[in-house]
This record gives sequence, structure tokens and C-alpha cells, in this order.
Amino acid sequence: MLAQFLQSLFSGITVGSTYALAALGFTLIYNSSHVINFAQGEFIMLGGMLAVYFTNSGLGLPLSLVLAIVLPAIVGLVMEKVAIEPVKGAEPVTLIIITIGASLVLRGLVQIWLGKGTFSLPAFSGEQPINVLGATLMPQSLWVLGVTAIVVLCLWYFFARTLMGKAMLATSFNRVAAELVGINTDGVLFLSFAMSAALGALGGILVTPITLTSYDAGIMLGLKGFVGAVLGGLGNGLGAVVGGLLVGVLEAMGAGYISSSYKDAMPFVLILLILFFRPSGLFGGKATDRV
Amino acid sequence: MSKHPYRGLYLIAAVLLLLPLVLPNSFYVDLAIRMAINAVIVLGLNLLIGFAGQISLGHAGFIGIGAYASAALPTHFGWHPLLAVVAGAVAAGALAAVLARPIFRLKGHYLAMATLGLGIITNIVVRNEAAWTGGPDGMAVPPMAFGSFEVTGDKPWYWIVASLLCISIWASINIIDSPFGRALRALHGSEVASKVVGVHVVRYKVSVFVMSAMFASIMGSVTALYVGFVTPNLADFFHSIELVTMVVIGGMGSIYGSVLGAVLLTALPQALATFEGWETVVFGAILMLCMIFMPKGLVPTLAARFGKGE
Amino acid sequence: MALLEVQDLSIQFGGVKAVQNVSFSIGAGIVYAVIGPNGAGKTTLFNLITGIYTPTSGSILLDGQPIQGKSPDVLAQRGVARTFQNLQICMNMSAVENVMVGAHLRLNRNLFKAALRWPALKARDRYLHAEALELMRFVGLEAYATARADSMSYGALKRLEIARALAMKPRLLFLDEPAAGLNPKETIEVDTLIRKVADTGVTVVLVEHDMKMVMNLSDRILVLDYGRKLAEGTGAEVRRNPDVIAAYLGTHA
Repeated sequence: MLAQFLQSLFSGITVGSTYALAALGFTLIYNSSHVINFAQGEFIMLGGMLAVYFTNSGLGLPLSLVLAIVLPAIVGLVMEKVAIEPVKGAEPVTLIIITIGASLVLRGLVQIWLGKGTFSLPAFSGEQPINVLGATLMPQSLWVLGVTAIVVLCLWYFFARTLMGKAMLATSFNRVAAELVGINTDGVLFLSFAMSAALGALGGILVTPITLTSYDAGIMLGLKGFVGAVLGGLGNGLGAVVGGLLVGVLEAMGAGYISSSYKDAMPFVLILLILFFRPSGLFGGKATDRV
Repeated sequence: MSKHPYRGLYLIAAVLLLLPLVLPNSFYVDLAIRMAINAVIVLGLNLLIGFAGQISLGHAGFIGIGAYASAALPTHFGWHPLLAVVAGAVAAGALAAVLARPIFRLKGHYLAMATLGLGIITNIVVRNEAAWTGGPDGMAVPPMAFGSFEVTGDKPWYWIVASLLCISIWASINIIDSPFGRALRALHGSEVASKVVGVHVVRYKVSVFVMSAMFASIMGSVTALYVGFVTPNLADFFHSIELVTMVVIGGMGSIYGSVLGAVLLTALPQALATFEGWETVVFGAILMLCMIFMPKGLVPTLAARFGKGE
Repeated sequence: MALLEVQDLSIQFGGVKAVQNVSFSIGAGIVYAVIGPNGAGKTTLFNLITGIYTPTSGSILLDGQPIQGKSPDVLAQRGVARTFQNLQICMNMSAVENVMVGAHLRLNRNLFKAALRWPALKARDRYLHAEALELMRFVGLEAYATARADSMSYGALKRLEIARALAMKPRLLFLDEPAAGLNPKETIEVDTLIRKVADTGVTVVLVEHDMKMVMNLSDRILVLDYGRKLAEGTGAEVRRNPDVIAAYLGTHA
């Protein structure tokens, strides 16, 4: 009994960490531009796929990982400059469709370059499972949880204590006001895309040894990360992390206790429930418009 | 309303009448049928996106409901195919109504998220419940029949679909220049203003969403009956995106834009079929370029360029 | 019985008490002005009465019936119309269509009849189109009979909003800063227009900063400050009130 519960919990938090990083990425971009970036999932996929490509090319794990984070960040920057900045004041529908288009382009290019196969990375510290109260925990899971925790702490420090971080927060509260006090909001947007892509890529890399990766792995990962962001309250960083983790756990619990063939449907049932009962999410506040 | 609002419709009707004489073989007739089917769906979706200003990212789910109703109800329960079409439409409409009412009370793009969830759930259900739906491999669809007369093959379906398209265009033109249509456009222009003049905003948005869902379901049934087979791909996320692309490329809020968008983007995968893999890239690139350089869509942009105005 | 009665109305946004315990009543057929410094709660008061906000406490009675918290479309059915401080024009439609939208409740809104081009529906539409053009003439916009809303000037759009509100054939018309952003000539034109509207029997309530206009037009004035009622009465009474002078009018009243 306990073993099954723990098993589900472990796998839930592990994949939930990837969702959490993706959710953070969504939140960063949403906060600086009110755009919902449907290409977020492709950054996750790029991280995993690039890591595989570089290690298979003989570059060694550490360098491959660094490249697999930096390159998606550059892709994020290019995307922002080419696709988002030119249409800054456009209707939300337009922006959503542009990001969907970008995700198609990224996915298609990877499909052409690296094929439709499924790939894996070697686990960072071996495959010897750890026994915890009857449930097995993969060492890779510890990597995922540990690195995610460190990243979240660093981000917290960045936003709470550094000037750049505070500038980003200011932009998310009121863009015009931020510009008036001299904050380069275009630069903030630029940076948020790079950070968001890097976060996504990191999540993708960490989880590839466990869940494998392929050219279309990004779709579901991104969408579920999005559900996590909405669950936590779109725009709320802490909420994004909690939301992502929750989505992962609920999905694993659902697969373990209710039905595994409907595993993928759980997060989307969840989003419908959120929208019906608590649309502002767990941590979101209510807003009123001034007429 | 312009002096000759139906001018474009007459042109399209003429084209539809003459097309079978010009098309070289049944491959092209099949393509024309698919274009027309998509055009009707896109007309309904356009009312939602272009006029009411809401996005549905799961419309293929409604198509799937209609398609699988036409497949499963006659096969497993012996229902008459026509009844199955109606049942599918009613189910799609009911689902849309249940979903829409709480969503539309919220401000912002929550419909996008909700329809995204609904579309994906529908797809997964269809893939899993193999006993009813044939699972990932799909299932055969009993043809529409009246007594011993079966409606099969591209000839009869061409005329059925062409008529449906003309009727849909005619109805859409009428709706737009009516109090209902004006209220919809006002909703898009300024929700607060429309509320203040007495438009029951939630009710209108729900009506449009339900209507577009039923359009989609009926055309899903038509597709199933025409092709004779259904697979879950009919109801997947990419198909939903394709439909939104057709609306957007043709021109949000433009009737003829919807038809043009459907025609172009139904033909495009055929043209790209030789470039396996590039299809996705080109599709995505078209989406991005169109939205960046022609955010209003093809027809409105061209119309403005040539000074006509819609 | 007064047409509109506001009793002890309050609303709070988080810690901000935008309107506190405001009470007043408006008789039918008069022009009633609400004045006060910026941030005094005037537009918030309008939004409360026209159903955009729900009060935290207090009540609003129209013809003796409570209407607080009812949504704007319900109030539209009771004959309440309003214009907005920040223009709410449907820029995606033509000028005439904007006015026709105002007549929404008086039109046949049936969807099926619309799709089928029902003759009776089209006839009523034509009739109301003519009426909308007539209203545009009434507010002085006959030059824009075939114009699109997005090609009109700010001053013209303000009058278009009034035409739209009049298309509702309202009993009670709320005008939120009708002269804001207008030059002196346009302000006089709006002043004359409001007089014309009031003369047709509509009860007009306006928020305005232009004191000359307020004193000219209004039968009674309500003064708000920091969300509270500071004074109420005729123009002459309000002008003499020392609190009002201190808070708002200054020494050269």
C-alpha cells in the first residue's frame, strides 16, 4: 500500500519538476508580455534532443549539457526578436498563433535534422535504484529534484535581491510605469525568453534519462507545464512551481490508482476543473478592470 | 450591408457548379469536397474567433464527436445514419453549452485553455475506448442510406457538400448584418459598451460557441459518411490548429476569407506531401509570417489594399 | 417618489474605500451633476449605479425597486443608459451600426430568423437604421452618416456615444465627463446637446469638471470628496458651501 503510494509520489514529483520548470518558463514570458508561449514545450524537447546529439558526437557529458542549455536560450532570443517584438501591440489571438507557428517550425526542423526516433541519455550517476520503504527511487530522480530545487532557489534570489530581477518584476506589474522609471522593458522581454528557454531545456535534459525524448516530446510536456502554470495562478512564480509539481503528482496518482491509459488526460481534466471552480489558480488574485 | 451582399456567393455557386466539368479526375473532386467541408467548419469557427473574439483550440474534438457518432451509433446500436448525424450535433452542442457557460463568465482567454483541454481529452477517449471506437486504428462507417439507396462515392457527396457550403455562406451573410450579428461584432469591439446597451454577453458567446460546435460536428459526420472510415487523427490537436490557421490566414471576421483559408490550407498539405517533414515547418512558417505581416488575414488585407472594403 | 434613490452606498477595493455611505435622490426630469476632485469616487459611483460594480453595502432604488448588483444588461432593460469617460466605441463597426447597437433591445434578435433573412426582421432593421441616422442628425453628426467609427475624431466619437445611449430610449442617462478632452467650441456644442436631451424629458446625470457647464446645466449638484458626500443642493447653494469651497472650488467661485 505504502509502497505503491510512494512509487507514484516519486515518479510524480520527478516528472512534476519538469512541468514546474516549464511552468516557470510560461510565467516568466507571460509576466513580461502577457503572451502565452505555446512554443515552451519545444524548448524542453530541444534541451533533451541537443544533449543526446552532442553526447553522441563525442563531446562529453558536461559540455553537451551546457550547449544543450545555451543553444535553446539562443533560439529563444531569436524567436523573441523575430516573432514577438515586431508585433508587440497585437491582439492576444495573433500572438498565441505566432507562438504556435514557432513551435511547429522548431518541431519540424528537429524532425528533419534528427529524425523521428526516440533517444535517451545515460543517467548522470548510474542506474542503481534506491529502495525507500518498499518503493524504488532512481538516482536520476534525485538529480531532477535537486537541480530543480537549486534553480528555483537561484531564481528566488534573482527576483528578490538583484536589480535586474526586480526590474523584471516591475515590468510584469505595470509595463508603462516600468518604462517611465528607466527600465528597458524590451530588454526584459528579451531576457525572459532566454531564461524561459533555458529553464525548459534544463528540465528536458534532466528528465530524458528517465522518460526518453523525441522530436514530438515537447507538445505534451509543454501543455502540461502550461496546466501547472494555470493551476498555480498564471503569473505567479511560486504558484508555477507548486502547480507543476502538483500536476505531476496528480497525473502519477491517477495513473497508479485510477487508470494508466488515461494518464495523459489527467492534467487536462484538471485544467477544466480549475477553470470551473477556481480560475485564478491556487495563488492568483482577483482583478478588477477600471472602466 | 453593401448593395449586393450576395455577389461573392453567386460567384462561388457558379464555380461549384462548373467545377466537376473542369476537374480531371476523382482525386481532384475528392480534394474539392474536403476543401468545401473545411470551409463550412471554418465559417462556423470564424463566427467564434473573428466576431466574438474568442479562440477555440480544440474544435477538432467536436468534429470527432460527429464523426464517431456516425460511425459508432449505426454500427453498435443500429441507428439510422441520419439520426446519428443529428445525435452527434446535439451531443456536440450540449457539451459546448456545458463547457461554455462557466468559462465565459471569466475575463480573458480562458476559452482557449478550456477547449485545449477538451480537445485533448476527446482524442484520448477515442483512442482508448477501442471497443466503441476501434481505437487508434479507427473504424468503418456505415454509409448514409434511404431504404436500399446508398449515398456513396464522390459524385453525390460533391453536390451535398457544395449545397451545404452555399447554404452556410448565405446564412452567415444574413447573420452578420442582423441585430444578432451586430451584437456579436459589438461584443468584439467593446464588451462593456455592448453590456450597457443590453446585450447579454455570456448568452451570446455561448450561442456562438454552441453553433460553431454543431457546425463542426455535422461536418465531422459528413466527412465520416463520405470517406467511409474514421481515425482518431480527425480529432487531434494538430487538426484543431489547422482549423484556427484557416480562419486566421483567410481573415478573421471575413466570410470569403474563411472559404479562401480553407481552400488554401486544404491544398497545402497535398502540395507539401513530397517534402516529408518540411510540411510542419512550412505550416508553422506560414502561420508566423502571416500573423506578423498580415495580421488581419488575406482577404481583409487585400480588400483594404485595393480600396474595396468588405 | 424619486426616480433614483441611493441609500448609504459603499464600495471597497481591498483597503481602498472608494465610496463611503453616500446617500442622495434624483427626481425625474431634472439634470443632476456629480462633481468633486479627481479620485473622489464619481466614476466609481456611476459604475455602481449602472451595474458595472457591485456595492459592498447600501442600496440603489430605481422606481422604488432595488437594482444594486444587477448587471448592466438588466439595467438597460429598465431604461438606464450611460456613456463612458474612456470612450467605449466599437471601432470595428461603422458609425451608424454603433448607434443601431444602442437599439439592441428594441430589435428582433432571433438567430434563426436572422440566418433565414426573415422579411419582418429586415423591415424592422431598415426602420431602425433610419432612426439611427435621425439620432446622428440630432447630435450633430449627420456628416458621418456613412463613416466608419475608426475614422472619426475624438469629439465626434463622444457625441456618437451619446447617440448610441439615446437609441436605447432611456429614462435615465448617465454622462461620464462628456466634455473631457474637448476644446471650448466643442464644449459649448455638448452643453447645448445635453440641454436638448434634457428637454425631451430624459433625466440626465452627469459627472463633469467644467464648472461653467455644470452651473449652466444642472438643477441639482452632488459634491463628493474622498468617496464621501460633501454637499448637495442647487448650484447656488453648493457654491456658497464653505466645505465645498475649501475642498474644491477654490476662492474664486
